[in-house]
Amino acid sequence: MAVIEAAFAAEEAAGGGHGGTAGGMPDPMHQFEIKRIIPLELFGFDASFTNSALFMVIAATLITLFTIYAMRGRALVPTRLQSVAEISYEFVANMVRDNVGTAGMKYFPFVFTLFMFVLALNMLGMVPYSFTVTSHIIVTFALAAFIFLGVTLIGFVKHGAKFLKFFVPEGVPVLMLPLLVVIEVISYLTRPLSLSVRLFANMMAGHTMLKVFGAFVVALGFLGGWAPLAFMVAFTGLEILVAFLQAYVFAILTCIYLNDALHMHH
Amino acid sequence: MDPAAAKLIGAGLASIALVGAGVGIGTIFGNYLQGALRNPSAAPTQFANLLLGFALAEATGLFGLVVALIILFVF
Repeated sequence: MAVIEAAFAAEEAAGGGHGGTAGGMPDPMHQFEIKRIIPLELFGFDASFTNSALFMVIAATLITLFTIYAMRGRALVPTRLQSVAEISYEFVANMVRDNVGTAGMKYFPFVFTLFMFVLALNMLGMVPYSFTVTSHIIVTFALAAFIFLGVTLIGFVKHGAKFLKFFVPEGVPVLMLPLLVVIEVISYLTRPLSLSVRLFANMMAGHTMLKVFGAFVVALGFLGGWAPLAFMVAFTGLEILVAFLQAYVFAILTCIYLNDALHMHH
Repeated sequence: MDPAAAKLIGAGLASIALVGAGVGIGTIFGNYLQGALRNPSAAPTQFANLLLGFALAEATGLFGLVVALIILFVF
C-alpha cells in the first residue's frame, strides 16, 4: 500500500489535488484510493474503518450468508443454489485432494475460506463503482505472508529439523551444493512476494486498463468511441475470467506449498 | 538528462517485460492445442494445468508493470 499511497501523493501533487483528473484525462489510479469511512485511532495507529475494510466485511458476509442459506435444506437432491454451494465445496476439496493428498484435507477449511474470500473480493471488484480490495499489495501480502509463515511452521512441526533438508536437492554433486542451497533458500523466501504480487498486479493492471479504455471512449466521443467500448466489453469478460483464475491460482499455490511442507519431495 | 524524462523512459523500458509474457502465454496455449489435437481425450484433464500455466506466465509480465509503477510513483 505504501507504493499506492506514494502514487496517490504523487498524483495529488501533480493533478493539483483535484483527485479525479490528471492532465485532462480521468485518472485511472483514482479508483484505488482508500477513503476513511469511520476515522479511528488506536494506540497511535490509524485503525480507521475504510472502504477497503467495508468491502472485506461485505465479502465475508456474502460468503457466510450464501453458504448458510444455500445449505439450509440439506436436501439429498440439491436445489440449484445448494448445488452451487456443493460445486464450490467439491471444487476446492478436489484441488486439495489432488495436490496435497488425503493428509492435506485437515487444511481444507483454510484453503476453502481463502479461495472463497479472494474470489468474492475479486468478483466484487468487477461491480462498477465498487472497490477492489485485492488490488492493494498490503492485503495480498498479508494473506501471502500468513500462508508462508503457517506452511513453514507446519513443515517444522511435522518434520522437525529435518525440514531443512528441503533446501538440499538430492542427487547433486557436493561441489554444487553451496550454490544450489542458496538458490533454494532464496526461491523459498520469495514465495510470499511472488504469491502476493501476482494477485495484486493482475487485479490492479486489469482495473487500470479498464479505466484507461473507459477514458478513450469519452475522449473519442460518439463517433469514434465504439471501438474502445467494444474492446472494453470483451476485456470485462476476460477480467471476470482473470478474477476467478487468480483466486484459483492463489488457492492452488497454497496447496502446492502445503504439499511441500507435508511431504517434502520436490 | 532531465530526471523526469529518465523516469518516463525507465518506466517505458520496464514494459518490455510484456514480451516475455507474450511468448510464455503463446507457448502455453500453442502447446496445449498441439497436445489436445493429438490426443483430444486427454485434453480436459490438463485444462486446469493450462489455466495455471497461463496465470503464472501472465504474472511475470505484470511484475514488469509493477516495476514501471514503482519507477513512476515511488522514486
